[in-house]
Amino acid sequence: MVDIKALSRWSSFKKDKLVDLKYQPGFSQIAWFCMVVLYAPIVVLVVFSFNENRSVTTWTQFSWDWYIKAWHNEGIQSASLMSLEVATISAILATLMATMAALVTTRTQPYAGMNSAITIINQPLMVPEIVTAVATLIFFAAIRKVTGITGVGYLIAAHTCFCIPFAYMPIKARLEDMNLNLEHAAADLYASPLQAFRRVTLPLLMPGIVSGAMLAFIVSIDDVVISLFVAGPGETTLPLFILGQIRRGVTPEVNAVATVFLLISVILVTIIFLVGKNKK
Amino acid sequence: MTDLTVNNQTLSSSVQTQEQRQQKVRRLLLAPSLITILIIGVLPLSVVLVYSFLEPGAFGGVKWNFSTNAYVQLFFEADIFDGSLSFTTAYLEIFWRSISLAVMATLGCVLVGFPTAYFIATQPPERRNIFLFLITIPFWTNLLIRTYAMLLILRDEGVINIGLQNIGIIDQAIPLLYTEFAVSLGLIYSFLPFMVLPIYSSMEKFDFRLLEAGFDLYANRLKVLWRIIIPIAKPGIAAGCILVFIPSLGAYITPEVLGGGKSMMIGNLIYSQFGAARNWPFGAAIALILMAVVLISLMVYMRRTGDKGGLSHG
Repeated sequence: MVDIKALSRWSSFKKDKLVDLKYQPGFSQIAWFCMVVLYAPIVVLVVFSFNENRSVTTWTQFSWDWYIKAWHNEGIQSASLMSLEVATISAILATLMATMAALVTTRTQPYAGMNSAITIINQPLMVPEIVTAVATLIFFAAIRKVTGITGVGYLIAAHTCFCIPFAYMPIKARLEDMNLNLEHAAADLYASPLQAFRRVTLPLLMPGIVSGAMLAFIVSIDDVVISLFVAGPGETTLPLFILGQIRRGVTPEVNAVATVFLLISVILVTIIFLVGKNKK
Repeated sequence: MTDLTVNNQTLSSSVQTQEQRQQKVRRLLLAPSLITILIIGVLPLSVVLVYSFLEPGAFGGVKWNFSTNAYVQLFFEADIFDGSLSFTTAYLEIFWRSISLAVMATLGCVLVGFPTAYFIATQPPERRNIFLFLITIPFWTNLLIRTYAMLLILRDEGVINIGLQNIGIIDQAIPLLYTEFAVSLGLIYSFLPFMVLPIYSSMEKFDFRLLEAGFDLYANRLKVLWRIIIPIAKPGIAAGCILVFIPSLGAYITPEVLGGGKSMMIGNLIYSQFGAARNWPFGAAIALILMAVVLISLMVYMRRTGDKGGLSHG
């Protein structure tokens, strides 16, 4: 019998495509093409945000000017604050609710109706964003008319709703991966359920909660369509501000804001990725 | 099983109180999220249904008179003078364009996404993680900003046109932006990660010894691809298609930023009804039809794959 493992090791050592069984012609080129396509536009955006020239076409000289201009732009300032406010409050609310729900769906005996509860939690993911936006706009407009209440609360409520499934996913995954023996041990040592939760489950669950909160934050701060429909006057979030600027034409100032925005997302995603990697 | 019944008989009273307590805790913990989603996510959908059968108000909103105009308007145009109806394809064209652009985007994503996912699955574990991370980052970064970045590339003064002019292949800028081509390119670019990730997860545990078996049985590379790799990746491809098709069909940002008036999609049509056109019932009706198309495609997907829980890994 031929030692196949040795053979394939030899083949990968030799990098001989004809012997490598996994090789498919053109696939690796397409994969690299895919990576380039995903990142090239972003690289162009970032590079030209540092361009001294007003045009977003020809490179002249490196400068921080557009960042400084963006920093002092009042529209960008208030939009950023609005985005931060909405995303922070929505992420906290959604994470709290999602944590509670995830504890039920992973830590209690399966019961009739559990699956429908999970379906309801995932509902915001199943409906196209634009339909949710229309529905929320109509519903909130009706409430506004009947009660006369206005304010940013509507926007926060809408964001909280679609953030719940995003916060729920990593928390649920973490609870499912967790070793139940520790919780049983705590119970054996006469910890009350509440004590066991506070001293054992919660600390172990923390990475999941942090990931969930950050995902919710990202999803909220990135949202365009639902905010576009629901946000009232004076509730312009940063993506809405950027959309308004893009409609008016391309400016390097938008590039600068967009770059900072991207950087924040990338940092948060990296943290989530590292937290997820550490669990094993 | 017998153990359980004995326990139940002897400890019936204490089990019951414990069961009741657990139920109370369960309700208490689930209530906030379920109530929030039912009120803000589900209830408004039924309000949309009601609104689609009302008359538009003069300044947005609705008048509370029953009317099926919103649905009639989709196919027929009322004459301004005598109110007689004539068949119009204006809105049907937008629907047709949206569906064909979404299909094109899905096909494009399969063509690029499947080889990419396969390539990642064949890498050693360390490099797999790096590639997955690189695919995931665009997935979580702002769609509007990524679309704007695409605009910078496709403009007349964008990187592609200037580059081609500098090399001397073209004299004048080719108009790439504000075309259906730009929109479908933008959709592919936006939703590519949605295709790569599920295909990868179906390939992740792939036993590459199956390929050896195939080659031993005198299959060539194409046959191995067609008879072994693709069948195994199929659930992932199906999930990816759904995950790309649905958001593409309802896309608003991509056609708004990259498309012109001639490449309007359903999303833009809906938005305009709540903005300039001020016809809320019509907007509500289109949104419901979009929702119906999405539900139908989900049902087809579930029936063909037997995925009862929806896109559980998506």
